[in-house]
This record gives sequence, C-alpha cells and structure tokens, in this order.
Amino acid sequence: MPKAEECKFAKTHEWAFSEGDVATVGISDFAQHEVSDIVFVELPQVGDSVSAGKSCAVIESVKAASDFYAPVSGEVIETNSAVVDEPSLVNRSAQEEGWFFKIKMSKPEELSALMDYKAYQESIK
Amino acid sequence: MTAMTETKAVEATLVSIEKSVAGMRALTFPRAKKPASSYLPAQALRKTAPKLPELSEFGVVRHYTNLSRKNYSLDTHFYPLGSCTMKYNPRVNEDIAAMPEFAGVHPYAPDSAVQGTLEMHYRMEKLLCEITGLSAFTLQPAAGAHGELTGIFIAAAYHRSRKDKTRTEIVVADSSHGTNPASAALGGFSVVTVNSREDGRVNLDEMRKAVTAKTALVMLTVPNTVGLFESEICAVSKIAHEAGALFYMDGANFNAVMGLAKPASFGVDIMHLNLHKSFSTPHGGGGPGSGPVGVGENLKDFLPAPRVTEHDGKYKVEKKWRGSIGRVRSFMSNAGVVLKGYAYLRRHDGQTLRTIAENSILNANYVRVKLKDLFPCAFDEHCMHECVLTSVPERLNGVKTLDVAKRLLDYGFYAPTIYFPLIVHEAMMIEPTETESRATLDLFIAAMRAIYAETQENAELVKHAPYNLPVRRLDEVGAARNPDISWCAV
Amino acid sequence: MFSPHTAKEREEMLAEIGVSSLAELTAQVPQELLYPQYNLPAALTESELTAHMAELGRKNRGLVCFAGAGAYDHYIPSAIKHIASRGEFLTAYTPYQAEASQGTLQAIYEFQSSVCALFEMDAANASMYEGATALCEAVNAAMRITRRNKILLSAALHPEYKETLKTYFTPKGEAVFSEIPCVNGVIDPAALDSLLGEDTAAVVLATPNFYGMLEDAQAVSDKAHARKALLISVVNPVSLGVLATPGSYGADFAVAEGQPLGNPLNYGGPYLGIFSCKKEHIRHMPGRICGMTKDVDGKRAFVLTLQAREQHIRREKAASNICSNEALCALQAVIYLALLGPRGLKEAAELCVEKAHVLAEKIASLNGFKLRFNGAFFNEFVVECPVAADKVRNALLKDGILAGVSLGAFDKTMKNCLLVCATEKRTDAEIERFVSALGRFSK
Repeated sequence: MPKAEECKFAKTHEWAFSEGDVATVGISDFAQHEVSDIVFVELPQVGDSVSAGKSCAVIESVKAASDFYAPVSGEVIETNSAVVDEPSLVNRSAQEEGWFFKIKMSKPEELSALMDYKAYQESIK
Repeated sequence: MTAMTETKAVEATLVSIEKSVAGMRALTFPRAKKPASSYLPAQALRKTAPKLPELSEFGVVRHYTNLSRKNYSLDTHFYPLGSCTMKYNPRVNEDIAAMPEFAGVHPYAPDSAVQGTLEMHYRMEKLLCEITGLSAFTLQPAAGAHGELTGIFIAAAYHRSRKDKTRTEIVVADSSHGTNPASAALGGFSVVTVNSREDGRVNLDEMRKAVTAKTALVMLTVPNTVGLFESEICAVSKIAHEAGALFYMDGANFNAVMGLAKPASFGVDIMHLNLHKSFSTPHGGGGPGSGPVGVGENLKDFLPAPRVTEHDGKYKVEKKWRGSIGRVRSFMSNAGVVLKGYAYLRRHDGQTLRTIAENSILNANYVRVKLKDLFPCAFDEHCMHECVLTSVPERLNGVKTLDVAKRLLDYGFYAPTIYFPLIVHEAMMIEPTETESRATLDLFIAAMRAIYAETQENAELVKHAPYNLPVRRLDEVGAARNPDISWCAV
Repeated sequence: MFSPHTAKEREEMLAEIGVSSLAELTAQVPQELLYPQYNLPAALTESELTAHMAELGRKNRGLVCFAGAGAYDHYIPSAIKHIASRGEFLTAYTPYQAEASQGTLQAIYEFQSSVCALFEMDAANASMYEGATALCEAVNAAMRITRRNKILLSAALHPEYKETLKTYFTPKGEAVFSEIPCVNGVIDPAALDSLLGEDTAAVVLATPNFYGMLEDAQAVSDKAHARKALLISVVNPVSLGVLATPGSYGADFAVAEGQPLGNPLNYGGPYLGIFSCKKEHIRHMPGRICGMTKDVDGKRAFVLTLQAREQHIRREKAASNICSNEALCALQAVIYLALLGPRGLKEAAELCVEKAHVLAEKIASLNGFKLRFNGAFFNEFVVECPVAADKVRNALLKDGILAGVSLGAFDKTMKNCLLVCATEKRTDAEIERFVSALGRFSK
C-alpha cells in the first residue's frame, strides 16, 4: 500500500507511487473530497498506452465527470477492479485501497516533474 | 403510523408490476384459429412469457391517472425554466394532431393519397423561411440536438464540396448548451471554446483569434444563454465569413427573436429551431420535439432527403438529389409535432409574432427588476426574454440556488433552470414566456421574496426543502452507484 | 393572442421596470435589424384554423392498410389517449426536478422495465428519437466498447436505417460498413463467416428483417461472439409477443422502432426509439435513464440517473449529443403494454401471424402472383406481382386499399415486388376484398 508521503503529485491532483519501473496511480484525498460522492470510475484497459498529462480515466459523481490525467507515460499493466465494483472506496481511501491502476513507465524521468508530498500539500492550501 | 396510513403510503408508490394479479385481463383480442406454432418453427418462438403486469383496464387507468397527479406541469404550474420556453400549449393543436386524417396515415402511402400532410410540410417550410429569412428548411430532425447535428453535417458537406479539407474545428461559446460541443464532437470536429466578456457577451477579440482557416463553423445561441442579445452579432458573422467559415445559430432562444429580427439579416447561414419551445408544441415530459434546420441559398442542396416539393399545386416527396447529406432518421419527420407547430404559426402574423417577443421580453425584465435586490443579476442590464439571477450564499446564510429551487416547489412553482449556463456561479435562469400574466408573475415574485425572508429567519428550513411534494430530496448517489432501472432486476 | 397582457398592464409593467417604452428593452438589438417586413398569410382564428386543417385533412385519403416496412397499423386502445393527453403528462417538462416529476419518472421506470421484460434484456433507456437513430447509437456504443471499427450490416436491414447510418458515420470517417448478402431473403451464413474478422465491432441483424423474414439469430449471435464481436439486433416489439427474444439469443444491444406499441402511424413520426443492452454495457447506454431510489425519509422515489455520461455534463466528451427523448410516446407504449399484458400481446401477435399467413396463402394461389421467399415470416412477406408493384398500388387506391410497399423504391431489381403486411386489425372482409382486387391482375 503506497503511503501518501512517498508519492509524487500532479497539479491536477493525481498521485504516482513508483516501485522500480512500475507506477501505481490514483487521485489524492483532496481530489476525492472535491469531487464528493463518487458513483463510478472508468478505468483504461490493461494493455492501453497512457501519456503524461493526457486524460485516460474518468471519475463520475452525480453532477459531474472529471478527467483523470496520467501523471506519467507508459503501458497499463493492472487495474483495480475494487474501485469499479465499489466507487465509494475512492472516497474512503483515495491514497491507499482506492488506487486506480499500475503503469509500466516508459519515461521514469517524468516523475521528477511531479511535486513531492510536502510541495503538493502547500499547493492545495 | 396506523396500518391504514402505512397502506396509503405504500399504495401510492407501487409500480404497476406490483399490482399485477395472475390471470387478470384488460384488453383482449379474438383468438387466432391456430397458435403461432402452427405457422412458425419452434426455435423461432418465445419460450417464456414476458414479465409484464396483468391488470384490469380500470386498474391501469387509475394507476396512470394517479401518477399524473404527482407531476407539476405547465397546465397546473408556472414554469420559469430559462431556455425552455414553457409557453401555453394550445389545446386545439392537440385535436388537430389527433384527427384520423393526419394520425392514421402510413408513411409509405403514395403521394397522391397524402396531399394534405405533404401540403402542410411544404407550407410549414415556407413559413419558417419567411420568419427567419433563410432559403430552405428541413423538417426531418426530431429534436434540437438532432437539428444541431444535422446542421453540422451540412457544414461538413459544404466544405467537402469545396475540396477544403482543412476545416476541422467548430467554435462555440463557453456559455453554450452542452449539445453544441457534443454535436460537434459527434460530427468529427474538435471544439474550440471562446470565453464570454464580463458583460456576458462573447469576447470578440478571442473570437478573432479562435476563428481561423481551420474553422468549419461558428456556433452561437441568439440571444445567448444569459439572456442577452449579442449586440455585435454582425461582427461575429463577418469574422466567420471572412475566415471562410459558416455561421450557425442555435435557435433555442428564438422566442425573443421571432417577429423582431430575421436571423438571415445578421449573417446566419444555418440554424435550428425547437418547435417544442417557441412554437408551443407540448414537452410531453421530455419529448417528442422537432428541430427543423434552415439554411441559406448556397447550402440548399446539402439538406437531408427527403423533402416536399410542389409543382402545379401538387405536392411530391423528393427522395434524392445531388449534394444531399442523406437522411438523418427514418421516414419524413415528426409529422405529428410539425403539424402542431404549423397550426400554431397559422394563428399569427407579423404583428402578433412581434407581440410574442415583446411580451416575453417585458415579462423577463419585470421579474428581473423586482427580484434583483435579493437575488442579484448576473449582468445588470436589460435582458431579453430570460434573465439570469444568482444566489449569494453569504447573503442567504449558506442557502444555495439548489435550495431556493427546491423551496420554490413547496410554494407551488416549478423551479427556474439552475446551474446553467456554467459561466455564472449559482445561476438561476428565469424565462416566464409571453403567455404568463402579470398576476402570475406577481405571485412568483412574492414567493421568491418570501423564500429570501426564510433564508434570513430560518435558513435550515430552506436547505432541506421540499416538504409539500410526494417525495423529499432524493438519494441520487445511491441511484448512480447501484442503479435499479428495471423491475427485471439482474 | 396567447399572451394575456392588456395595453394598460404593459404600460404599468414598463413603468415598474423603469423604462418609458419597449424600445429601450430592445435597444441591445442592432436597430437596423429590427422589425423587418414579414409576408405571412393573415392570422387565423381558432375556428378558421380548424376549417383550414379540415380542408387539408380531406386531401389525405383513409385507406385500409396492408403496408408495414417499419410502421404498423395496430389497434390502439382508447384509454391510452385519455391518459396521455392529461395536462399533467402532456405539458410536463423533462423530469430534472425529480420531486415535482414523480409521475413522469415512475412511468419511465415502468417503460424501461417493460422493455427489459419484453426483450429479455438487462437494461433499457428512457427512449430515443426513433429506430434508425437508436441503431446509430448502438453502433457508436459497440465501436467504443470493442475499440474496433468494422460493422457488418445485414443486407436485409431497413434501407432507411442503412441510409441513416451512412449519414451519421461518414463525416467522422471511422466506421467501416460491409453488407452481409442474403440468400432467399435471409442472411447467408457462409458470407457472414467470410466477412467476420478480428476487427469486427458488431454484426447488425434485423429479425423480422425488412422483407418480413425471420433470421436464425442464435447462429448469427454465436458466430459474432466467437470473434469477440457484439451482436446488435433490430426487432419488432409486437412480434416479441410470440417470437424468441434478443435476450434469449445473446444480443448485446437490441434496438427497435417502438411505434407499434400504442403509437399512431402519424406519417412517420413522432415515433419511439427503443434501446436496450446487456448489464455490462449499461454505462455505454446513451440518453436518459430513470432509476429507483429513496428520499431522505426512506420513501421510494424515482430520479434520472447515470447523467454524468450525458451532454449537459460531458459536453464534447459525451457519448452522444441526445437531449430530448420521446417521453410521451414512451408513455403511450407503457400504457399499451399494461393494457395488453403478456396474454394480450400474445393474442395480438398470434393474430398478426395468422392473418398474414392466411393472406399470403390466398395471394400465392392467385395466378401470376407468388411469394418471393419461402422461409418463416411474422406478419410481412414479399409478393412478386405480374405487373409493376406501383401499378398494383395505384390501382388499389381506387378500392380504398393501401396494397403494401413497393420495393422498387428501394431496390431497382425488385420493381415488381410488393411488401405486404397484415396486422390483427385487418378483418376477414378486408382481406377478401384485397385478394379479390389483386385478382384483377391475374393472368
């Protein structure tokens, strides 16, 4: 389970936790609070390519559908079906059990363009 | 709660299948001499009966009549819904549409047998041309969004015909209805959004930058969705035309234009109208509508087929001609709706059409000035047929537009359009239409002012409204997370 | 004249607004555009209008209907119009304020459920414009789900549905359509085999098809699914009173023209697009959907749900641009199904089968006439006439009969073919008259 302090964050409130060349991604606790009750998460499929900064998933609430922008580029190797079966998991545990999918990174250097935990916390004040 | 009140509460929300009694019959037919299995092979036949309710006719009538009584409707309540033009639906038009001579006609009857219906289509087209200044109309589209898509296909065909492959973008306003960009995307175009100025009108400088050789179409709603006329509309159409693009008018707000000005005169090349808005055809709980699309002379050939043509007093269905984009639906049109729109138009001339626009503008401004001290105008100037007011939660002890809307229901008014357009925070868009009397407007104004007073004295009451309706606020999150959309639950 | 204001009221209101004339309110309109000349006919009073419409109506001929081809003359129970014309249903708006729209919402829920029951599908929406555009939406959804772009269309699909697909999908240039040829009026299974590939998004199958013939839907379904393609079936809702359902043969999407369910012929509209799908495709279903939920007091209630997919929220990223549906037509349909019930629908469908087969046999026994195809059909069949079908149609107009649909209008090789339909409404006497009139052409 990724710890928030060990993650990197995008300005658009996605987090990435890297282990070797694999990044686990999701939305921050701040983001889930902003979106409020999540009713559905539309994830990419295993095998899809994602590009940093491009929309690759959708987070639906009753009144809105928010885009999820890939924090890093690469290939989707695993998706978390738990958030599809039970979207409220993302509201309860956005940083941990509510992870979205895992990417085999094609450009790990993109991580350095993201904010670390402290910087992100500052940015959302 | 006594057993009787329990029963009452439950009975009122029973779904038809829950009232079903095995073996009960309403409509019966004479029995066929032989069963279907005598004529058809076994594997073609249904194995299990459908899970449909078995009710008596009386039971069906009572069930649906009681359902209807749970609705607010235009016939029973004032509906100040901005951009929807909820005006009186004349009853005589219903009688006309129900005449067997019109309702009973098969779409593939030969032209000679349906001259009345064809003449009606032809004359309707001519009337719409006269009031818009455009050269031709198609009556095919079944709704406004359908019309928008049709208009976009026409624009695409126009550029293709000129071998211009660069036109990949459609320019829309940030205040546009969601169907504008959605239709553009469906048509294969990417969407460029132009922001509005502080005064609610489209930003001309941004428009000049956004409209390029890549622009196929510029789409604007006139008046716009904050109820203001784009005073520089001729400049916008000039920008579009100079860049080689076409200019599309979303006619959803035509109620303020009808009788005042002709869209062709301000450079509109393509537009759609909503017969279920300015032309009084009933909303029916969400449809059916009709969305005729009009075009200038240079785009006539691209209209969808079929159309009705006239020669020597005889009307013909023209099915094919060079340049048409093809058909956008099966059969000719939503003829039963076009008929009501036609009947409505025949009740008017230039003078009375002008009165529609003028009185709708009068009504909207009347409501605006009498409420703006409590619910500030998004744009403090004279509006056209609709005005946009706002809730300022800080002034209302945290009460928001949603809460005001729900509390209005308790007062016996349908709520205005809320949270649209997106460019206004806590928006309430109010369109009374010209068919509402001053007395009704005064009652509405009084209700809004009373709700304001409640926000000062008892904000919590407003925040949890409504109280007087068949149901109170709903669990929409639960409905979306675990959808129950059929009694045949899986 | 529907505007109630008196001149005095207008003046008083202008004063309260703080302007001296209406011109001040229209000052924002470029003045040179204001008040152009309108050359319109004189405004009619209500009685003048009804006289005018009666005159137009007299130019339409009432004919005994033996035509089908996607629009059917079924009996419409009287109770339907009395309920649907109630102002509370007729003049209600789209049910966005759910608390004030429980009547409309519950009716939509019952409509969705009735479609699911009749079609044996998991989910249905609140309706679409009509059958052809409902099919376009299903094709769109299939392409998004499979991420493939080849669509195989039965050659026996309604020609106007094929044309609509072409109009919808040509501009974007992504979909590639191929036709599966027919043999003896139904899909050629060998041709389907050779056309199916790893890039096939969906197979579109109509049964009954445009010629009225029944297809081997299970076989087509199996073939499509073996290649991971989806099956989109186009059906006739009344026929499902007796015919095997799309759910039973594994259709991923089942669409239909819902007009036969309690809606008049109306020269082609307003009609009713029915759209249904399997559970796993629910979030790709366009249009409005009503769900059952509860309110804060725990009371049962209905609300529009899954709206985040729709145009007013997703804008250019929406799956579809659709806004209105055909709510009143759907209301008429759900009342029709409630009045008929499972047994009434079976009775009506069985009568359709019987009358059509009796008629077909009688026509086939006329000299010079024969049935084009010899497979199973529901209530429509193709007749080869000894003369051009148009000639037969025009001649029978004099007998007050609409003899069917001339297929030459759709296919130049079928100029002598008439598509003939019989519903439960056709009496034995009408059938006799029809056959007798056709007999005049017998050699």
